[in-house]
Amino acid sequence: MDSLLPVVGSLLLVIGAAFLFLGGLGLVRMPDVFNRIQAGTKATTLGTILSLAGFACLQPDWTLKLFLIGLFVLFTNPLSSQVLARAAHRSGSSMSALTSVDALAKDRNEPTGKPL
Amino acid sequence: MSYLLPALTGLLCFTMLVAAIVAIRDRSMPVAILAAGLVSLVASVLFLILASPDVAMTEAAIGSGLTTFLLFFVLARVRAGEHDGEQS
Amino acid sequence: MVSFLITLAAMIAGTAFLLALWRFFQGPSDADRVVAFDTLTVISLTGIVLIAYLEGRGIYLDVALVYALLSFLGVIVVARHLERGL
Repeated sequence: MDSLLPVVGSLLLVIGAAFLFLGGLGLVRMPDVFNRIQAGTKATTLGTILSLAGFACLQPDWTLKLFLIGLFVLFTNPLSSQVLARAAHRSGSSMSALTSVDALAKDRNEPTGKPL
Repeated sequence: MSYLLPALTGLLCFTMLVAAIVAIRDRSMPVAILAAGLVSLVASVLFLILASPDVAMTEAAIGSGLTTFLLFFVLARVRAGEHDGEQS
Repeated sequence: MVSFLITLAAMIAGTAFLLALWRFFQGPSDADRVVAFDTLTVISLTGIVLIAYLEGRGIYLDVALVYALLSFLGVIVVARHLERGL
């Protein structure tokens, strides 16, 4: 049991790094700003939290601080994703040709919507 | 694992170089300010590798936070001044 | 075993860092570069915790917390500026 925890922690670390790699790969391969936002924030959030859990298994004394950092990432990363997506939409970024629905533009054309 | 920290240092130095090139060559001013902030953030990680966490924290706070805020504030004021000049 | 897995994870995360850096250098529009900046800072947050583990000093985690806060504030400020000029 005493030697099992570092192995589990390093395996969690490798899985988290794999998610970070998938986020970076999506950031390069995706065709569109909005798809890149999804790949670059969602996958890296999960990868960072898995990596922090792995480090918490490797060093059990640091669990509280690592939990605080993970909680901070979990709160701030979706927020920055949403703010970035809205800024990209308002600054008129071009979308991919495969985009089928744009709900924010439909909302913006409504008379009750917030004017630009 | 002893070669992990030198490899990390090399990667961070390369990142700093690329961010500095983007900060110089990019035409958009917000992206240039953001790239300058990235240079400061990477420099703070390098200070951390050099075993000085207090300098790293100060570099991150001053170089990235305060300088980025100040430059964006100045950029907004300059653009507002340009619009005033066109109207009057 | 543990040492090999940590080295493997660091190599994979370094590859992700290089991919995000390529997008930061290449990115056609401003929003691409801001997204790449966000991804770079989140990946290097893991790198700071890795440095703290390699050096074995828990005080470095405070630097990681300050780093996360400042990178988040930078992204928010530049997004507000791209939206309608702060």
